[in-house]
Amino acid sequence: MREIQFREALREAMVEEMRRDKNVFLMGEEVAEYNGAYKVSQGMLDEFGPDRVIDTPIAELGFAGIGIGAAMNGLRPIVEFMTFNFSLVAIDQIINGAAKMMYMSGGQYNVPIVFRGPTGNAGQLSSQHSQNFENWYANCPGLKVVVPSNPYDAKGLLISSIRDNDPVIFMESELMYGDKGPVPEGEYLIPIGVADIKRAGTDVTLVSFGKILKVAMAAAAELEKEGISAEVVDLRTVRPIDYKAVVESVKKTNRLVIVEEAWPLASISSEIAYHVQRYAFDYLDAPIQRVTSKDLPLPYAPTLIEVILPNVKRTLQAVKTVML
Amino acid sequence: MANLKETTKTKNKFTKETYLFWYEKMQLMRKFEEKAGQLYGQQKIKGFCHLYIGQEACAAGAATALTKDDKWITAYRDHGIPLALGSDPGAVMAELYGKITGSSKGKGGSMHIFDKSVNFLGGHGIVGGQIPLGAGIAFAEKYKGTKNLCICFMGDGAVRQGSFHETLNMAMLWKLPVIFVIENNGYAMGTSVKRTSNVIELYTLGESYDMPSFPVDAMSVEAVHIAVEEAAERARSGQGPTLLEFRTYRYKGHSMSDPAKYRTKEEVEEYKMKDPIEQVKRKLMELKYATQEQIEAIDLTVKETVEAAVRFAEESPFPDPSEAFKDVYAEEGYPFIDE
Repeated sequence: MREIQFREALREAMVEEMRRDKNVFLMGEEVAEYNGAYKVSQGMLDEFGPDRVIDTPIAELGFAGIGIGAAMNGLRPIVEFMTFNFSLVAIDQIINGAAKMMYMSGGQYNVPIVFRGPTGNAGQLSSQHSQNFENWYANCPGLKVVVPSNPYDAKGLLISSIRDNDPVIFMESELMYGDKGPVPEGEYLIPIGVADIKRAGTDVTLVSFGKILKVAMAAAAELEKEGISAEVVDLRTVRPIDYKAVVESVKKTNRLVIVEEAWPLASISSEIAYHVQRYAFDYLDAPIQRVTSKDLPLPYAPTLIEVILPNVKRTLQAVKTVML
Repeated sequence: MANLKETTKTKNKFTKETYLFWYEKMQLMRKFEEKAGQLYGQQKIKGFCHLYIGQEACAAGAATALTKDDKWITAYRDHGIPLALGSDPGAVMAELYGKITGSSKGKGGSMHIFDKSVNFLGGHGIVGGQIPLGAGIAFAEKYKGTKNLCICFMGDGAVRQGSFHETLNMAMLWKLPVIFVIENNGYAMGTSVKRTSNVIELYTLGESYDMPSFPVDAMSVEAVHIAVEEAAERARSGQGPTLLEFRTYRYKGHSMSDPAKYRTKEEVEEYKMKDPIEQVKRKLMELKYATQEQIEAIDLTVKETVEAAVRFAEESPFPDPSEAFKDVYAEEGYPFIDE
């Protein structure tokens, strides 16, 4: 199979859906004439023109709401945030608008919209550009939250998200856009809410999602050298969460480590740990461990970043702890 | 005010049917809201309840100036618009009661009346939150190539929100077919307009974005109609949005829990002299469009309609507990965490 970049996989999903359905359009900062801040939308203005690939002013609250209103009135917008760090000024529209419309209208108005863009750290960008809000959005009923970890999943999940009749938060990473991987040409859909076993194993389960899954995979490769067989479960979606896949894996391995880029309090890892103690308590041979960002803002200096972000070393330490 | 002159000039442009429509709809809104206020006092209606009394001409005048395919959206003072558009008063009242027969099946309450059958896209509870939504609804009409527009109402408090300014900028930039209406009743809850900004001529805020912007005497239903009709022509001919400042007045407090001690009795009485319903009633008599008996007959019909709405709401059941899990997602069978 051919290999393409993560950004190209995303672009293919959008382009194919826009060819298929004229109600799909892309809107955001620098998506059109600049060809995307991270070149995800490169060439799309040329193919679809300015009525369907739309540059906005820097007004996230306003254009997020315009997207939601358009979705209420029959369109299927894709709204790009240059980073989800900037989505915080739009979060009223997402939480109070998109997530609530179906419910408070008694089912009269659904909101088929995708908000997509990168999440998490992206190098030395300091505190305002390096945050993970996957768990914030996942907390809110009415939304779906998708966080792919490779180009193949990105394309299949983005097509599903665009066709979904509910609001979807689709979170990528600046650090993944250049990643290459096998991606089929043409249409294929990956269902929202289904985890994927990225590596089968028998001794310990590593649960992760998004770009930090690479840390889990690297740790699993190291463990193999030491004769420890790690199973890596990629959640792919953090609302809804495929709890069953996690529980099934833990029943097999009896040990669980969760690797997540977000802060620890009220995170996806806390949620997974709760669920596993509730539904697989008797299968656990050791307390669940997790590796998250430290409970701190992310600074600029590389030595400080090294302390804070999850990495292979800390993951291996966590695995050693559950293997004792 | 420019639109007042227009009104005088064209005072006979409206038909007998239009005046009768205005009278009946405004009376319906007034009597419905008076009843809602009473029922709130009896705790039949809970939560927040913001009454439209005094502001009826805003909804009624706009209703006759637009077509049935145009879209409507407003904030949480939202009972009046659907009644003006022909929503079933029983469904609106049942929503205030929280009954399953309510327009939002009891999930929205007073602040979230929606009625797709009359293109009313809701009642929204976050001040200014509906403004970008209204522009987005208009965006979709333009995208689809229709001639329809969206009329987006807000209170005077909303113009101090960032969403107002971001949206006006983009709506004018993209020439969206939207009419922004500020229902300026003088008070953002208890804070008078002049205590919220140095700019108290609210319509002038649109001029920052080169948007055609006008004040309107919204105690006059004719003036409202004329202003909306002109704005609609601009929207439908591709000239984009208009900002209208409807100068109106709410007779009651901000919500049912507000005694409105920040205003004088004289101020309230002064506005009641200009009551929009009384104005239309006088016009009906003057122009011999209706006799006293005919007006009384309308009043009786309205009274019966409101009574029937209350009866319907009273007799309807509350939602079954299983309804809690419905309508969160369009997807069937979403796997909620349920333990």
